[in-house]
Amino acid sequence: MDTILKASNIVKYFNEPEPFKVLDEVSFEVKKGEFLSIVGKSGCGKSTLLYILSTMDTDFTGTLEIKDKKLNGWKQNDLAKFRNENLGFVFQFHFLLPEFTALKNVMLPALKLGKYSKEEVESRAIEKLRMVGMDGFAKKLSNKLSGGQQQRVAIARALINDPAIIMGDEPTGNLDKANSVRVFEIFRQLSNENKQTIITVTHDTDFARGSDEMIEMQDGKIIRA
Amino acid sequence: MNWRLALSIAVTHLVTKKKQSLVAMMGVLFGISMFIVMISFMTGVNQFLEDMAMDNTPHIRIYNPVVVQPSTIIEKEETKIEAADWFVVRHQRPKNDLPKIKNAQYISDELEKLPGVVGVAPMLTSQVFFNNGPVQIPGNISGIDVKKQQLLFNLDRKMDEGSLDDLLKGNDVIIMGRGLANKVSVKVGDHVSVTTPEGYNLVLKVAGIFSYGISTLDDTKSYATLATVQKILQRDPSYVTDLNIKLVEMKSAKVFADGLKKQLPEVYMEDWEQANASILAGEKIRDVMTGVVSFTLLLVAGFGIYNIMNMNIINKMKDIAILKATGFQGKDITAIFLFQSLIIGILGGILGLGVGFLFSYLLSITPFPEGTFFRIATFPVNFLPEHYIMGVLFGFLTTLFAGYFPSRKASRIDPVRIIRG
Repeated sequence: MDTILKASNIVKYFNEPEPFKVLDEVSFEVKKGEFLSIVGKSGCGKSTLLYILSTMDTDFTGTLEIKDKKLNGWKQNDLAKFRNENLGFVFQFHFLLPEFTALKNVMLPALKLGKYSKEEVESRAIEKLRMVGMDGFAKKLSNKLSGGQQQRVAIARALINDPAIIMGDEPTGNLDKANSVRVFEIFRQLSNENKQTIITVTHDTDFARGSDEMIEMQDGKIIRA
Repeated sequence: MNWRLALSIAVTHLVTKKKQSLVAMMGVLFGISMFIVMISFMTGVNQFLEDMAMDNTPHIRIYNPVVVQPSTIIEKEETKIEAADWFVVRHQRPKNDLPKIKNAQYISDELEKLPGVVGVAPMLTSQVFFNNGPVQIPGNISGIDVKKQQLLFNLDRKMDEGSLDDLLKGNDVIIMGRGLANKVSVKVGDHVSVTTPEGYNLVLKVAGIFSYGISTLDDTKSYATLATVQKILQRDPSYVTDLNIKLVEMKSAKVFADGLKKQLPEVYMEDWEQANASILAGEKIRDVMTGVVSFTLLLVAGFGIYNIMNMNIINKMKDIAILKATGFQGKDITAIFLFQSLIIGILGGILGLGVGFLFSYLLSITPFPEGTFFRIATFPVNFLPEHYIMGVLFGFLTTLFAGYFPSRKASRIDPVRIIRG
């Protein structure tokens, strides 16, 4: 299988309140279609690592390659464009735009990408919502949905541009058991059927156990891969 | 860059926060509407005062002033002549030169042929006494060419009683300023006795009363035909003291007068700007005032928008972070928030124009407090399209500036910090 993401010697410091090494020479690779979980205790640096992988945090040393592109030193605007095309995100707190309907929330990244016409984007968005079982709520304002429903809409949004990698920061962290299982199943399906790569940070042991690979971190280092 | 997407997000934000958008819009609305009212009223006042003065003021006045004789050689120091050897006349008086313009008819005809000249009205002005029983009231009388005075200086519009044409009906007829007529206590149809400085006396019939709304004029001036005044003064029919020129383009008076001086060195010329320096100064002061107040109003509206946009962006931090995480670039974020403030600015501006127009209109039909001083019925208000264009433009620019800085701030928000909390 092809390598889709490669991190080498990632070092990151937090400068506040005093200099502190959060990540210490972290290196690993992720293969295409792999379902990877990063686990570890709070403060071990796993979320920090995820945000570096997400290209949003650029303040680190070491190299990051995604789809054979070395992303160090890219401009913010170019990185935003790259994220738009290649990465999808699911966060712990669902982070939908409250003024927009579920459908519009899903459509926005695709409208930004501008690859398809508005009508195509809409039908694709409905298809993604159907995939997460939310197509019945498409016209509802997102702040009228329950937490589990919002998280599923957020997953649909992450999928809209068919990204190569989907990243999750504790995607089930704020959900009850039934919804967690549901989200896990969606991820599992994406990895198995669509060959999309999944990288999630999680505390949920069941979730981690169900993934293909698991990286455990402690004090800024990978202790078990 | 996807403008339509940014615009649709901006509109959604505005519509969901109706109250806040409305408050911001009201700020612009008040700013622009007050600007419109201010500038319409101020320019109206300027126009009114200018018209009032200009109705009576020729653009260029040609006259012969009373001049003191130039100093003689012996008064000059370099002559070194002992004063004792000469009879020296001290404190010279002017010669008894008539203030008549020579060849007035010819000059007038030639001037009227020049391009840019609407017309030339001859005038003969003299100080006279109006006799009210044993009391003599000082005033002056101007002999005019009635038709030209009507055409060039709208004297017919200043008539309160009688008509200007009555001057032409019959000899020895006079029209008087309202104040003067009151002082002499005459009414239309009465007779008034006029005495010239040289001592000639004539009884004239009052055919009309006029008022300019300027008391210094209404209390002293009277008009009769040129022939009548020439008769009172016992002068010949070519005797004229002033030639009043009206130009097509008022602003060109100074240049025109300068050119004319070269051709007519023997007479003096005064353009309206010299004659009305105080009115022009007042106009400038009002212009500056209008500018300062308008600027302040717009600045306050601008700060209002700035504040609201700043608050808006603080409230929308999470949304901005999520948009950036899903691939929106800094400039997309800037556009979203700039659109919001521009929509507020343009809508507020256009509504402001409407409200401003309404208030200007109401002011323009408000009766002016009754008084004999001004000849005016309602508040003077101008309705000029350029003021309204300026208003919208100012509203647009103010909101552009006020929205730009918060929008820039929004585009620089670091999504990681917001998402991780």
